[in-house]
Amino acid sequence: MSEKTLTPPPHTEPVVFTRDMLDWLPWLQPPTEEALTPRQKESLVDAARSKSDYFRLLARDPDILEARTRTDKDIFYNPQAGAPRADRELAAAATSRLNGCIYCASVHARHAAIYAKRADDVDKLLAQGVGADLDERWNAIVAASVALTAIPIDFGPEHIDRLRKAGLDELAIVDIINAASFFNWANRLMLSLGEPATQG
Amino acid sequence: MTDVINALAGIQAGSALDKARDNRPEARKHAQASYEALFAPKEPGTFTLAERFAVATFVAGLHGRPETKAFYEENLAAAGASVELRVAIASEVFESHTHGPYGHYPAGPLSVENSDGLKYAVGTTARQVLGPRLTAAFEHTHMLVFHPRDAAPPSLQAMLDAGWSTTEIVTLSQLVSFLAFQIRVVAGLKVLNARPA
Repeated sequence: MSEKTLTPPPHTEPVVFTRDMLDWLPWLQPPTEEALTPRQKESLVDAARSKSDYFRLLARDPDILEARTRTDKDIFYNPQAGAPRADRELAAAATSRLNGCIYCASVHARHAAIYAKRADDVDKLLAQGVGADLDERWNAIVAASVALTAIPIDFGPEHIDRLRKAGLDELAIVDIINAASFFNWANRLMLSLGEPATQG
Repeated sequence: MTDVINALAGIQAGSALDKARDNRPEARKHAQASYEALFAPKEPGTFTLAERFAVATFVAGLHGRPETKAFYEENLAAAGASVELRVAIASEVFESHTHGPYGHYPAGPLSVENSDGLKYAVGTTARQVLGPRLTAAFEHTHMLVFHPRDAAPPSLQAMLDAGWSTTEIVTLSQLVSFLAFQIRVVAGLKVLNARPA
């Protein structure tokens, strides 16, 4: 007898990209908070994540969850030099916009808008897609993220040159490559293990 | 274990790019730890190493980057996969590689952005070689690689019905999604390495 997928409770699915807070409903059974083993709790890294269905579901394989989470945090939160947080969040939002992850795009569009104080440009990216005209620095970051996300991967020396010309140094370019690549990981998990829902 | 991303991107120890990567020490360390959790796990359990490398060889083949493709092919052979299986995977890659990301959105304003592409099913001959578990996994994997926004519960149910447990599906999803990251980081850093400032 095989296991069964979950049928999410009645909800409203978001039909546009948005900066609003969304919920996420799993298609596979996460362990309950009470059932988490010490190793699974440790793999969440932040104890508060035990409230999240998404992270409890991923805690079914704690070793890869913990390594994934620590990779994620350093790519986005390490404040030492490189690309400003807003640029890294923009790469995550652009990647999510192209792959079509409405949930991931909502989180990282909020972060990009807050850290850059450029809500209008972020909304333009969400509404118009990755072809939106922002400014040259952000256009260069979006173009690099798009080229890395496309399959076959389309990233070439012209993207490096454009990022450098827009003022990004070596470490900042590494940050953009890491951020866009990481969201090709995150988008696939979010999109395939559950679905977004409008709050309230 | 060798730093797989550096090895595949051809980054020399002590080079400028190697030092740049050291400024994100946790990301570097845990990208490697992620690889090891998936491909050298403490307990592979019922999702065997041969199955893991079979899926990885399919994913790397679909991305078509020579450096990562060869790496996973070699590891699949080292995991004891038969020549028959390796040939079947190569043939499925040849039959099913395409351009992405494509897929559909929930009905509404985004419907104008819907784009159709290949909906892959494993070929008749390959099904015999792959068996039911890998057949279901390959069909799910192709969707994850090229059109993840088309994901829906029936594809997960097909895997459950083919003998995958919920926990194994989580691991498989991490494996395919991690490779989508690793292959892109390697591709990006390789270009950067070949273009010094």
